[in-house]
Amino acid sequence: MRDSIKTGRVRSAWRWSANHVFTLLAVGSTVLVLAPLVAIFIYLLYKGASSLNWAFFTQIPKPVGESGGGMANAIVGSGIILAIASAIGIPIGIAGGVYLSEYGRGRMLANAVRFTADVLNGVPSIVMGISVYALIVLKAKHFSGYSGGVALGIMMIPTVIRTTEEMLLTVPSAIREAALGLGVPAWRAVVSVSLKTASPGIITGCMLAFARVAGETAPLLFTAFGNAFWSTNPNQPMAALPLQIYVYAISPYDDWHRLAWAGALVLIAMIMVSVSLVRYVASRGILKGAS
Amino acid sequence: MQPQGMVSSADAAASALEAGDGGSPSLIRTFLQGRGSSAVADGTFRNLMMLCSLSIFAIVAFIAWELVKGSSASIHEFGFAFFRTETWDPVSGEFGAWPFIYGTLVSSLLALLMAVPLAIGVAVFLTEMCPRPLRGPISFLTELLAAIPSVVYGLWAVFVLVPLMRDHIGPFLLKTLGWTGFFGGYNMGIGMLTASIILAIMILPIISSITREVMTAVPISQREAALALGATRWEMVRIGVLRNARIGIVGGVILGLGRALGETMAVTMVIGNSPQIAKSLFAPGYTLASVIANEFSEATGDLYLSALMEIGLALFLVTILVNALARLLVWAVTRGAPARVA
Amino acid sequence: MGVGIRVTNLNAWYGDNHTLQDINLHMPANNATALIGPSGCGKSTFVRCLNRMHETNPIARATGSVMMGDLDIYKDASPVEVRRRVGMVFQRPNPFPTMSIYDNVASGLRLNGFRNRRVLDEVVERSLRSAALWDEVKDDLKRKSGASISGGQQQRLCIARALAVDPEVLLMDEPASALDPVSTSKIEDLIFQLKSQYTIVIVTHNMQQAARVAENTGFFLNGKMIEFAATHKIFTNPTDKRTEDYITGRFG
Repeated sequence: MRDSIKTGRVRSAWRWSANHVFTLLAVGSTVLVLAPLVAIFIYLLYKGASSLNWAFFTQIPKPVGESGGGMANAIVGSGIILAIASAIGIPIGIAGGVYLSEYGRGRMLANAVRFTADVLNGVPSIVMGISVYALIVLKAKHFSGYSGGVALGIMMIPTVIRTTEEMLLTVPSAIREAALGLGVPAWRAVVSVSLKTASPGIITGCMLAFARVAGETAPLLFTAFGNAFWSTNPNQPMAALPLQIYVYAISPYDDWHRLAWAGALVLIAMIMVSVSLVRYVASRGILKGAS
Repeated sequence: MQPQGMVSSADAAASALEAGDGGSPSLIRTFLQGRGSSAVADGTFRNLMMLCSLSIFAIVAFIAWELVKGSSASIHEFGFAFFRTETWDPVSGEFGAWPFIYGTLVSSLLALLMAVPLAIGVAVFLTEMCPRPLRGPISFLTELLAAIPSVVYGLWAVFVLVPLMRDHIGPFLLKTLGWTGFFGGYNMGIGMLTASIILAIMILPIISSITREVMTAVPISQREAALALGATRWEMVRIGVLRNARIGIVGGVILGLGRALGETMAVTMVIGNSPQIAKSLFAPGYTLASVIANEFSEATGDLYLSALMEIGLALFLVTILVNALARLLVWAVTRGAPARVA
Repeated sequence: MGVGIRVTNLNAWYGDNHTLQDINLHMPANNATALIGPSGCGKSTFVRCLNRMHETNPIARATGSVMMGDLDIYKDASPVEVRRRVGMVFQRPNPFPTMSIYDNVASGLRLNGFRNRRVLDEVVERSLRSAALWDEVKDDLKRKSGASISGGQQQRLCIARALAVDPEVLLMDEPASALDPVSTSKIEDLIFQLKSQYTIVIVTHNMQQAARVAENTGFFLNGKMIEFAATHKIFTNPTDKRTEDYITGRFG
């Protein structure tokens, strides 16, 4: 009798401490995960901001040995490459998502597209880079900004397809029926009612896809290639911010390291600014009480 | 100023709308009935949308085709032995992918080893324990980890993690665990272990967000059942939540593995890039992705390029398989399909 | 002006489920016809066959003929053309949430390519007046979203939206079932006024509602139309035993 009470007590003491150890572990791992994040941001701000100056935005890289210089060409190049990527990835992705949600419900084909999109999302970006290299660069016999845009654009498609579909699925079918019931042609109902109703979510999804490819380096290594000089011709090798950061980071020069930090800060700031800008512009013009 | 015709047509519409006069149809009816069925526009639109969604298959086919075509010379020359050969010597034209496969596997598995417990810990904390007001910010922060570009991780690793490894963590490991043989030799700060750590940080968000997703999908009733039996919180999580969510969690882990296998920039910047197989984790290594990143643009000779293409093809096939498996597992859980693997 | 509707041998399926079996009836022009019956009896499917909304579900199909005036809607016209002639009001108010009140009412015309602004202004005002909503929203027409007004107002907005395309027939699928009693009585008043101009078909759970607004009533049960007659006859002296059971509440 006494024994069983005793073992019961031991057992509950064990359970009590197991519970606390577990709590401690969960809290501890959260702290451990947040630590590098905080560290990365502090470093970025500290190192990046102290290396930023006006020249960074206005000058092109100086040759090795000369101090100073900037990444103006890389900022512009990234802008051009991303514009090309968005022009490819966003329309195709949205259209694909429209098909999945508005026409493909319950169909095998739609499930296959969905699955393939998810799988494609996991294909390493470097693989995308060498495929586009083989398709475009090898045939044109030179690196080019637009081949970089194509590689990034293709990478955007699966993300945009999936988020567009998910956002369209949140549009109540009653609203589609309302449009069809008015005798509106199906394509018009999709564009002016379904897509319009889901547009805040779709825009967010597109911006996420954009943000993801904006920092991509690997697919640009063998497509845009990088350029130490001004290049706004998309048919020529083109500088891009992530490429430039990479090159400078692995270089042996302190001055270039500082520029790399500044570049990383600018890259992240540009991604965040463009994402919030688009969301802000998109959120204006939405009516009172609209969901 | 409105043209005269418009004013009168508006008046016509107005009068036609006023209680039907039984005579000629109203302006609006005439207009709408003249609009046609728009069947052609609808069909075109639908087909266009379908074409765009089919582009996904075209992309996969295009990648596969370019890689197979590009690597045919290497496949032809080395056959399957390509993946077993240890020598990678572009100068003498000998190409074997084994060091890269080894490096990729070891760095990814080590990264998983570090990331999985942490990711599950974060997910448990966020879904089961976190005070509500903290939940949003913390999960936002962990998602933010996923938004940082790979090259920025690499940059941070080169200038912060590498010195830390060289001066503090490395010597500590050597002192405490040096006898195992895994932490020996010359510690420069770069190498397999550093690459694994940065990989772990990078794949954490994806594993933890998927784990969170599948844990939230476990019905509340399962938790309540465990609590009603007098379980402590830990027991509730273990029995009520983790057991039910385990297949989805495995899916998330495999998804993280897929990410780790193909991660390029950050790894390339800290792994040391030397095609060798060493027991010590301080020693430099090389991965499939980083050998492509480093050598592709300077590959001279068709066979060299072709061998790199074949490495790309291997990477493509492996990540496709890994991701397909992971997706199936995650779908099985979050879609409520029976996911019973005993 | 409304048109009469003559339905001959209408059958409808959802997959293998034969939801409507050999329906035959004639609904006269500029009258209100009520359809009653327990849930799942096919009355909603029936009205959805009248504007070919039924077939928007890929597994659904229908056979038979529905004549609206001289037009056989299953032979002589595409679904889009049919729906422009037949307005529909749904069970739950479904205004377009991203559009203003004005845009909601104008949507049927605008999304069909109608551009004349003066006529649109005119039509919007008239439709909102016909739906007895004008006075409540005239100051917020372009400022407020269609989803920001009350449920009863939203439903009247949906009626205004349906009226704006000047339909010949107005279908209402339990238009008041999601509304409070005050809004319900407003909608009933509205139906009473509108039936001088449109042929109205109203599905309802509520037998008092049918008795109040409709000249004729049809009773549906298990996909068949059991009885169709003048409303007062159905409610005072039904021919069929099953109708009587349902009316007197002895049913299920």
